[in-house]
Amino acid sequence: MTGNGVLLEVRHVHQRYRSGERVFTAVQDVNLFLSAGEFVCLLGPSGCGKSTLLRIITGLQRPSQGQVLYRGVPVRGVNPHATIVFQTFALFPWLTVQENVEVALKARGQSPEVRIPRAVKLLDMVGLDGFETAYPRELSGGMRQKVGFARAMAVEPELLCLDEPFSALDVLSAEALRGELLELWTGGELPTKAILMVTHNIEEAVFMSDRIVVMDRDPGRVVAEVAIPLAHPRQRKSAEFLAVVDRVYATLAGQTQPEHVELGSAPGEPGRTRALPHIAINDLTGLLEHLDEAPGNRRDIYRLADDLSVDSDRLLRLTEAAELFGFATIAEGDITLTALGETFAEARILARKEIFATRLRRLPLFRWLMSLMRAAEDQRLKSDVVRMALELEFPAEEAARQLETAVSWGRYAELLAYDDDEEMLYLEPAD
Amino acid sequence: MALRRIFQVGQPMRRPLTVGDALVLVALATLLYAGARLAVHAPSMIEGPEISLSPRALPWYALLSVGRMAAAYALSMAFTLVYGYVAAYGRRAEVVLMPLLDVLQSVPILSFLPVVLLSLSAVLPESAAAELASVVLIFTSQVWNLTFAWYQSLTTVPNELREASATFRFSGWQRFKTLELPFAALSLLWNSMMSWAGGWFFLMAAEAFVVGQRDFRLPGLGAYLYEAAAQGNVGAILAGIGTLVLVIVALDQLVWRPLLAWADRFKLETVEGEDPPTSWFYNLVRRSHLTDWLSRAVWRPLSERADGWMLRRFPPPGGGEAKGSVRHLTQRILAFLLAAAGLGILAYGGLRAGQMLLTVLPGQWAEIGLGIGATLLRVVVALGIALAWTVPLGVAIGTNRRLATWLQPVVQITASIPATALFPVFLLLLVGLPGGLNLAAVLLMLMGTQWYLLFNVIAGASAIPQDLKYTTDLLQLSRGERWQTLILPALFPYVVTGAITASGGAWNASIVAEYVEFGGQTLQTVGIGAQIARATAAGDYSLLLAATLTMVVTVVLINRLVWRRLYRLAEERYRME
Repeated sequence: MTGNGVLLEVRHVHQRYRSGERVFTAVQDVNLFLSAGEFVCLLGPSGCGKSTLLRIITGLQRPSQGQVLYRGVPVRGVNPHATIVFQTFALFPWLTVQENVEVALKARGQSPEVRIPRAVKLLDMVGLDGFETAYPRELSGGMRQKVGFARAMAVEPELLCLDEPFSALDVLSAEALRGELLELWTGGELPTKAILMVTHNIEEAVFMSDRIVVMDRDPGRVVAEVAIPLAHPRQRKSAEFLAVVDRVYATLAGQTQPEHVELGSAPGEPGRTRALPHIAINDLTGLLEHLDEAPGNRRDIYRLADDLSVDSDRLLRLTEAAELFGFATIAEGDITLTALGETFAEARILARKEIFATRLRRLPLFRWLMSLMRAAEDQRLKSDVVRMALELEFPAEEAARQLETAVSWGRYAELLAYDDDEEMLYLEPAD
Repeated sequence: MALRRIFQVGQPMRRPLTVGDALVLVALATLLYAGARLAVHAPSMIEGPEISLSPRALPWYALLSVGRMAAAYALSMAFTLVYGYVAAYGRRAEVVLMPLLDVLQSVPILSFLPVVLLSLSAVLPESAAAELASVVLIFTSQVWNLTFAWYQSLTTVPNELREASATFRFSGWQRFKTLELPFAALSLLWNSMMSWAGGWFFLMAAEAFVVGQRDFRLPGLGAYLYEAAAQGNVGAILAGIGTLVLVIVALDQLVWRPLLAWADRFKLETVEGEDPPTSWFYNLVRRSHLTDWLSRAVWRPLSERADGWMLRRFPPPGGGEAKGSVRHLTQRILAFLLAAAGLGILAYGGLRAGQMLLTVLPGQWAEIGLGIGATLLRVVVALGIALAWTVPLGVAIGTNRRLATWLQPVVQITASIPATALFPVFLLLLVGLPGGLNLAAVLLMLMGTQWYLLFNVIAGASAIPQDLKYTTDLLQLSRGERWQTLILPALFPYVVTGAITASGGAWNASIVAEYVEFGGQTLQTVGIGAQIARATAAGDYSLLLAATLTMVVTVVLINRLVWRRLYRLAEERYRME
């Protein structure tokens, strides 16, 4: 960890892609820099383009516009000074642990005499001695990711990029591995000059990094930067730590807006179509019931993550949904149940469905869907037709998921039915 | 046995015949026309080789047969690797190459045998022509599913592994060796086994092919069995069949099983499999000191050398990007010229083929129509009979572990004998029956088709989840209800898969089943296969072209209109997942 020069600079990077007629923006005008000795997190909900950004930074993908500079030189092709540790480990299942590390050295043309001892030493460093001849499938998730780290270290990268490296692990191994990585990093044992980690886990970002670059979606962009001036090792329960976590939650959860802003416009109309947050109704009910029991029907959002043991990404989707339905309001990182939300939480199952149905009808996207079906012959519609209409507003994959969410909510509210065999949407007769 | 994907189902339903298909069919017509033109100069009499029925000749014949198979297989693999690579990585090439593959794999290969044999014998010495024709025939029977498997593997390599290879800057060779080939290994292996099984069918047909005055036989096991049956030599027949079974079982035990056991490491699964394939021979080889030494002292240094050489020769992508649009431009011009030349040849060939077809008399066309109808009827009857007995037996084997343990090996060995090898033997038994070759032809087709169905039914029945079986027990469903609600829907995708392969086999078999030169006499019945053979014997090349082309188009259409729809239904509706 020497020198304070700027290693990496991202200048006005945009990533757009075409889908049919429309152009969607995955990353919009991102600027950031990374200095030697820094550990920076890219934090944001899924779909905010943080992984895309990481791929642009390492040169795996070319931005539609803008530039990535490494040590002042524009990056062309894969950046030889950077490497990635992948969320799903990306180990070759047919190679042993040692061969998986060796393969990175082999690509640089190193002879067996050089690369074998190096691989063994690296595996030793991450605590995997004795497992050299094992195949990845014989290892636990945590151990596999250690191989991923050892392999990344093998090429002595100046810039180590981590793409949600802990999110595929169980809670305990993730925690252990975070600690071990921090120990190596703060102890200066890594050959690496800087670390850039992508994550959607707020606590993890606050626990590990020196600075958080907060991103949001629609379109993917940087919304804030939060410096974390806390010394390592950090105490998760300390007041300073929780204050930072609270601040980040407040940034990401936003502020409840006036209703017309919150709801957005219907597909096809001018203005932005509000994407439905992908949540299951059961989870939402659970959240509302929990808030109903909280003193003053109010809670710090970051505390909810602990209470309900869900990760921040899913939690923020749930709070967004509660806000969208008018069951709760969000301000400064706190969530408060509305009177309607309270009624819903305390109602019985049929009453809940009724409340839900009335709220659902208010959502422009859903209203649009219902009027589309009413206009259709026999009040039934091929789901493909709806999906294609939605593709004018959302990228293809997102359009399919929007439809899926709308259908599952509509079924719960008993407003519509769906025949999977015929892939046909029906209006429920009662309506 | 895993359910094989035959059609690409991801894409939206296309029209039964697209422009691409039409082009492919014109290309086939051109090829056939070229063959028929060449065939005009084919010698009118070809003397076959002397086939010795002495048991001592058998090892040599077996070796020759295996050699032909191996040569064709090597050719198939080489073709597969190149074609798949180009199709998977050349965006533009993919548009042409994949539909081409789709048509080619549904063409009845055996219908080409007469044209290929005649045209080659016009330009090459007799024995060389037959040798080459057999290899070409086996190649065309083996290659498509291999190519398809390789292409599918290349396009489904997990993204994170691709990205890892890119981040660590693998060279093209290293990517091929550590990523693409291992990822495709299992699928290539399964398809190789299938290709070999299919290859035997065609080899046996090619080795024992006789039409009129032309004897195209090749010294090999197929010809041996033919000769033995023709002479009515029961001892030789038994020796021949025994040798064939021995060769196939030996290949299975000494080559395929060990390879399967070895290739288990290439599973992408990240958990230990429950029931990994085992092989005694593999265990034996792996434990030996010799293999150990070979691996350490010979294989590793060699592979290290090769890697080093490839790395120096083709260095990994540096910092820079693909340079120069000049190369791009010349490539484009080249591609354009090639395409133009190809279209030109197609236009000319299509025209000439059309002219040749015009010389076919209306009466002959009517006969072809009748022949197609008769053969189609036979195929349907053969499939019906096969379904009638394989479904109950397959379900019995698939759901009953004890029955499976002793019946499955028996079935496997019986099924491993290529039907075409037994044709002459069965003829000996069947020609005396009432109905003559008409009935015999159906039974011969059945021989070639039933095993695909049986295996698929067994696989389907053993894949029915136990909890569903318990549920039907708990609900106390009657036998009929149980078949209706559980067994038949669960079997459906497997039966369709089996039936597609089986009907392909039946069409192929018609060529050798409807017209037979046997013991000095010619037996024939009404059918398109008989017409193709008769045209070959008589040297009526325009009729040969017309009949072969009609058969190809019919089979491709049936595939598109019937099988593909059923397959799609099976994939979407009845897949247990």
